[in-house]
This record gives sequence, structure tokens and C-alpha cells, in this order.
Amino acid sequence: MTRISGLSVLLSLLLLPCAVTPAAAAVPPPPFAYRQIEDPAREAAAQELMETLRCLTCQSQSIADSDAPMAGSMRHEVRTRIAAGEDPEAIRNWLIRRYGDYVSYSPPVGAATWPLYAGPLVLLLLAGMLLRHRLGKRS
Amino acid sequence: MTRPVVILVIAALLGLAGFVALAAIKMQQPQDDFIRSAMIGQSLPAFALPVTGEGTGEQLNAAEFRDGKPRLLNVWASWCVPCIAEAPQLAELQRQGADIVGVAINDTQGNIAQFLADYGNPYSVVASDELSQLQLKIGSSGVPETFVIDGEGVIRYQHLGDIMERDVPVLMAELRKAGWQ
Amino acid sequence: MIAELGLAALWLAAALALLQLAAGVLALRAGSSGTGATLAALVRPVAILQGLLVSFAFLMLMWLFARTDLSVALVAANSHSDKPVIFKLAGTWGNHEGSMLLWISVMALAGGLIGWAERRLPESTLLATLAAQAFVGLGFYAFLLFSSNPFARLAQPVAEGMGLNPLLQDIGLALHPPTLYFGYVGLSVAFSFAVGALVTRQVGPDFARAMRPWVLGAWIFLTLGITAGSYWAYYELGWGGWWFWDPVENASLMPWLAATALLHSVSVLASRDALRAWTIMLCVVAFSMSMLGTFLVRSGILTSVHAFAVDPERGTFILALLALNVGGALLLFILRAQTVTEGERFAVTSREGALVVNNVLLSAILGIVLLGTLYPILTDALGFRVSVGPPYFNPVGAIFVMPMLAVMAVGPLLRWRRDSLERIQKPLVFLAVLVLSAVILSLMVGYSGILPLLGMGLAAGLVIGSFLPLRGRNLLRVPLNVWGMVVSHFGIAVALFGMSSEAAWSVEKLAALDTGSQTQVGPWSVVLTDVRPRAGPNWTAIEGTMLARYEDTAPVEAAPQSRTFWSPVQQTTESALVTRWNGQLYAVIGSQGDDDRWQVRLWWKPFVTFIWYGGILIGLGGLLALIGRLIGDLKRRHATRRIADRAAAA
Repeated sequence: MTRISGLSVLLSLLLLPCAVTPAAAAVPPPPFAYRQIEDPAREAAAQELMETLRCLTCQSQSIADSDAPMAGSMRHEVRTRIAAGEDPEAIRNWLIRRYGDYVSYSPPVGAATWPLYAGPLVLLLLAGMLLRHRLGKRS
Repeated sequence: MTRPVVILVIAALLGLAGFVALAAIKMQQPQDDFIRSAMIGQSLPAFALPVTGEGTGEQLNAAEFRDGKPRLLNVWASWCVPCIAEAPQLAELQRQGADIVGVAINDTQGNIAQFLADYGNPYSVVASDELSQLQLKIGSSGVPETFVIDGEGVIRYQHLGDIMERDVPVLMAELRKAGWQ
Repeated sequence: MIAELGLAALWLAAALALLQLAAGVLALRAGSSGTGATLAALVRPVAILQGLLVSFAFLMLMWLFARTDLSVALVAANSHSDKPVIFKLAGTWGNHEGSMLLWISVMALAGGLIGWAERRLPESTLLATLAAQAFVGLGFYAFLLFSSNPFARLAQPVAEGMGLNPLLQDIGLALHPPTLYFGYVGLSVAFSFAVGALVTRQVGPDFARAMRPWVLGAWIFLTLGITAGSYWAYYELGWGGWWFWDPVENASLMPWLAATALLHSVSVLASRDALRAWTIMLCVVAFSMSMLGTFLVRSGILTSVHAFAVDPERGTFILALLALNVGGALLLFILRAQTVTEGERFAVTSREGALVVNNVLLSAILGIVLLGTLYPILTDALGFRVSVGPPYFNPVGAIFVMPMLAVMAVGPLLRWRRDSLERIQKPLVFLAVLVLSAVILSLMVGYSGILPLLGMGLAAGLVIGSFLPLRGRNLLRVPLNVWGMVVSHFGIAVALFGMSSEAAWSVEKLAALDTGSQTQVGPWSVVLTDVRPRAGPNWTAIEGTMLARYEDTAPVEAAPQSRTFWSPVQQTTESALVTRWNGQLYAVIGSQGDDDRWQVRLWWKPFVTFIWYGGILIGLGGLLALIGRLIGDLKRRHATRRIADRAAAA
């Protein structure tokens, strides 16, 4: 959550997690950041959702994979809402309304993201054409 | 005869050119990794947070922002180092007449009081957001952040990171745009 | 003095690279006339000398790091006198300048090795290859000397260095980046071979055989590098994830995918003289992916750093090199496309046919990873931000991965040139039954997603399928390279099983524990017996001691730590792993809550270790194939020499 993540400079061919400064850890995290929902089915739903939400202050980690305080707050929010019976996709949309598409690792098909889904289709066609060209014309 | 592989290679060349162009653009842009709130232009969502320090026992809620007076909403924390750096600028904003509401994120009463004693208290009211609830509701992705809220309770502007000297006039201008005289 | 010596060696090596390029090009133009021959004779020794000089420069930099010479800017910025020696040495390549110097050192050494040992290629192709290598190398020399001088001195030596990121202070990690670099550089050699063969229009089996050991070597390093990196992320990041589809991870996966495709098409070219243009293309693509990886990691285009301004000059330089090398090679390819003929023909149902299908599918997978990795970066340049992660890569990738794995099981059973599915009907039915029963079996254990289920089925089919090419053969007479294929394919099956099992059957438990209290995760019961402070050379830690008992077996101790490093200040989690044959218990200790209880995170991950066992097997298979090929080459060279001797004697 702090803005001083100069420590997490990507130094090498490595995945570095969020820099957690000790000062940030001095305050206890929200309860559901590190506690599971009693009901295993709901916990599983929460886990599945958390794995697809991006930790906003980290380098390429989901909120399910991070010790950053912001990720803890978001886990708390997700677990509290799922425990209250809210639909996971509604929670995702609630967060997207606040942080934009960036917060979700599961890009919706839309004006900004259609090439992500058109690309594989083109590749599929291309692969088919290539194979036909290489293999198809001979017995 | 043009073989399909040549067409593929020409496509690859075009792809390469496109990539190089966009990557070059990206590298010329100033590094900006702040995640902006998508809530600009929308009303403050309903919330209620306990006031700490002066006025303890009362609650801060969204309705109080709808009294016709534009305000700054400063999201901060006692454990956040850049928040210390922006303290003089907040004091300057207060001196110029801005009404600043402080919300301390994921913090304790003792630490909040200590921080305000050490670095000054520019706030008209300080509320404690232990579970980051307001922070998530307004799309704030870190501390410190400063929002301009107009007299109708609508979020008008978001400043990410600590307020530097050059940001003070910007924030005052945004306050004026939001209807402050 | 040492720094100046290193810099001088670097300049000299760069001059030699220029000479190598000029002599190579001029010799090719002059033909085998007098001057041409003189110039041509220069190229091999110059390549060897260049390799030695730049390696010397790298050794000098290592020495500076070993002594923590704080008058050198790079050392001051990346090292610290308190660090253990091994991490001081690792600091040499744990930074931008040093890693670029490592890159060019390995690349020039590879050039020297080619100059010294390569005898199969026609001399003109070899000249063109070494000239291409010198060209690529010169770009990197210019980069180092003009914009990233590793030997720059500080005007005033500092009293103490800045330290190395504590996450990098790990033995596995000290070796991880160089491993990947060897892979990247091996692919640059393949690229040079391809350019050389294009220039002299000699794309054929000789070219493929000369290039194959380099591709194999690069592929082995990439395989092991990715495997090690994944395991590092798994135990160091503290949440039990082993692959994040992070751009930095993808930067190593993409060259691997290209190299895998290349490896297979090179085999077709070497033994059947088919797929000429396709192989050349894959060489160019594989090296582009290496350059792209270097660009992504080194340019700072990915880092989400708020405090430091990223130097755009470096990124621009690498981007320019990428555009120049790859664009140039593609243009050359278009110019030569009419003369690179298709080569030998073959039927659909044949070994070649299966390899082509596999190649096309691998390329499509590469395309998806490339798209998913670059898309967010490129849209960011246009002003909107999206995130692409596992929910995209996993299902979209699977559309191509699943059929590829199926073809992989069947392909090796087919004969070269022409075959029929009827001939291999029996093993086909057998494999299908195997896949089906594995799917049913894992459904009985419990359904958790379509991808793990399919993965489990295909893994079962592949485990047996990978050994089928050996049936009916005298195992002692099976060539090493066939064993290599069998072991690598088996490794894929093993890794796939590990991935599917981890995805389907992992159990997570977050608990707040007093010392002495107990919790349960899957078949394990875990007691937190003690929590105490610990101190290391440059960190302090809180260490929890846990007694973990799997069902009714004897309890095992696990001691996870939460470490705080002080130069620079940062917290890391050191997870504790208890490994059994059937999986791992993963334990993490977090902070202490208000109620004085400790946050403990536990996972039981059945068969998770198979992911990395599989990775090691894949690499081992590559090694077997490499040894087999090298022995074969030596024997062949020996035989030709004997024949020549005999002819001379007669």
C-alpha cells in the first residue's frame, strides 16, 4: 500500500513480489485477510475469485498470492461479501466499477480486449491453413 | 509465385514494426503506475466511519459531504512514509482555506494521534477506516491519495501519491472548479 | 587497475568482432581467390580470440565484485561488504550491466567454439555464420561500451555498497539467470547459423546437423532455467503458486516454446531434408523471443516502480537491436525465399506429418503467450489498462496444448515418409482406453475443473505412450537420442500429472495458532510448538517450529521463517516444505495478531513435486540426446578421417 516500492525493482530475470515494508506490517491486517470462511464451498468460491483479481500494488500477483496490505484488504472484502452470500461475479464487477478492467485478470470481451480473443481464432485459422498447405494437397 | 510462407513473413515484419512503434511510444511516456479510480464523476458511495480524536463517538458519513461545500478527502496512514512528506503541503492547503477530511487506513487510534502530534493536524475531521472499506469503495489503490469532493458529494478529482509543492495550486484549482470560493 | 584492464579487454574484443565481421563479409565477396583466402583464414582465429578476451573482461568484473571494490559504480550500486561471498559473485550478473556482459561473453565464447570445432559446414556458410554472429555481437558491444559500461568508476569511492535485493540472495537464484542466458545465447547461435545458411543458400541436412547441438543445448538450459525459476517462485513467494503467467516468466517460456518447435523441425531437416524454410523461420523466431525476453526484462517497461525513473535509453537501445537483427533476418528471408525450396515431400500420416502438426500447434501456443504478454503493455501505450492472467492463458492455451499432447503421444509411433493409422491401431486403442480410464478414475476421486481432468487423462496416456517407441526393440541397441526423446516425453507426462494434481487436489488452511495448539490440513495434523527470533548474516527472522504428522506416521519438524533484511530493508517469507513421495506440505509463518496468536498458512499439495521432477526429466532427455548426437558426430568425423588417411596412404 505504501508508494515506496523502489525496493521491488525488477533486477533480473525474476518475478519479484511486492515489497512489504516492515512499518506496514505493524498494524494487524483485517481479519478475513488471513482467515478462511467456515463454509468450505463459499471459501472455495472466494478463493477462485481472489485468484483472478489483481493485487493493485504488486508486480503481477493476484490478491490470493500477496502479503501486500492492499491485497489483504481486498481479500477481507471478498471473503466478507461471499460469506454474506454475494455472487462472485457481482463482486468482480463491483471492483471493476471502482478500479477499471485492470483489477480483473479475466479480461471481459469488449472494445478494449477483443483482439485477445480474435488473436487465437486467427491463429487457429492460420494453423489450419498452414497444415492444409503442407499436408493437404498430397495423398 | 508467392509462397504462403512469404506472406507470413511479411505479416511478421508488420507485427514487428507495430510492436517496436508501440513499445517506443510506451518508453517515451513518463512512468505512471498509479491505478486511477474509475469513480471520478460519481457520488461518494454510502459509508459510515468512526471519527477519532476530536469528536470521537461521532460518525463520518457520505451525507456530510453534500452540504454544498467542496472538500478535500485525504486518504493516509500513520505507517506510510510519503504521508510524512506531504504533511507540510496539506498544512499549506489548509492555510489557503481548504477543508480537508482525513481518513486513516488500516490504523490504530494511538498511532493516528501520535502521527498528528508529530506532523501536524490539517484536518477538520479525522475518521478511521480500519478495514479499508471506504478506500475500496472510492477506488483508491494506496496511501496517500487526495480526492476533491464537490458540494453535492460527487468525486471530482483524484491525486495519487504524496502531494508535492507543485501540486498545491493544482488541488486548489480543482477545488475551485468544484465550486469552492 | 582491474576495472581498466576489463574495459580494455572489452574494447579490444569489440574491435575483433568488427574485424571478424569485415573479414567474413569481404572473404565471401572475394570468393576463394588470394585475398579471399587470406581474409577467410583470419575469421576462425579472430572468433576464438574475441571469445577469450570478452570472457577475460567478465572475469575481471567478477573479481571486482569478489573484492567489493566500491570505487566501481556498478559494485557500489549492487553489492555490500557484509554479503556472503557466493552472493557477491552472483552480484556480477544480478544487475543490468553485468548481465549484458555475461550475455556477450557467452555469445562470443560460443562463436569461438564454432570457429575452433565446426567442420561439417561448407567453409563459406561457416564464414557467413561467424560474420552474422559478429554482427549481432557488435550491437551488444556498442550497448555495453556506449550506454552501460560495467567498469565505470565513481569520482569518489563510497564507504558502503547499496546491497543486493534480498530476494536474490538465494543460491538457486544466483544460478537461475545465467542458466536462462545460456539458453538465450544458444538460440542466438542458431540464428547466426540460419543467417549464414540463407546468405550462401545452403539450407540442408549439414546445416541442420551443425546447428542441432546448439539448439539442444539452449533448450536444455531453458528447460532447467524455467524449472528452477518456477520452483524458486513456489517456495520464495510464500503462497504456494508455481506459475503466475507473469511477463517475466513468459519471457523465458516463449523462447522455450520456439526452441521446442525448432528442435523438432531441425530433426526433420537433418534426417529427411524437409521443412527447410520453416526451420529457418523458427531460428529467427526463437532468437526474436530471446531478444524480446531481454527487452522486457531489461528495458524497465514492465517494472512497476514508483520511486525510480526508468532510463528509457537502455530500453530503446535493446529495442533498436531487436528491430535491426530480427527485421534484417526477415528481409533476408524474403529475398531468399525463392531459392530456399521446400525440400523432400512426405505424406500426412507419417512421422514428418505428426511433427509438422506439433510444430504448428507449438507455434500457435507461442502466439497466444506472446499476445497475452504484449497486449497489456501495448494497450498501456495507447492509454488503457487491462490485465491478462491465468483465466485467459489457461483455457485459451489449453485449446492448442491438449491436441498437441495427443499428437505427441502418437507421432513417435509413426514411420518416416508414409505410414497408416491402421498399422498402429492397437497401441492407439490402448492409449485411448488408458486416457479414458484415468479420466474416470480422477472423476471418482472428485471433480474439480475440466482442465485438470483432461490433464490427468492425457498424462496417463503419455506416461505409457512415451515408452511405446521402445516396444519390440533391443533396449541396449536403442540410440541415445531416441532414449532422450522417450525420457523428455515421459518428463512432460510427469510434469503434466503434477500440474493437474496440484490444480485439482490442493488443500489450503489459514489458521491463527497459539504455541502448542494444533490444526489440520488434508491428511496432515500440524502443531505449532515454538516461535523464536533468529539472526543471519544480514537478516533477522521470526522462526516458527512446527511438528507435522502425515496420517499416522512419525511427526516431522518444519521451521518456516519470516525474515527481515536490513540492506536494503525488506521482508521475505521463507516457507518450510515437508516433502513426501506423494506431495508436499507447505508451511508459512506470518505475523502475530492482536490476540498474540500467530498467523499460519498451510497447504497440502499432492504430487506437486512431479512438476519439477518432470522438468528435470525433460532436461535430462535433452542431455541424453545431446550426448548421443555429439558421440555420433565424433564417430562420423573419426570415420571420415580414417577413410581419408587410407586414401592418402594408397
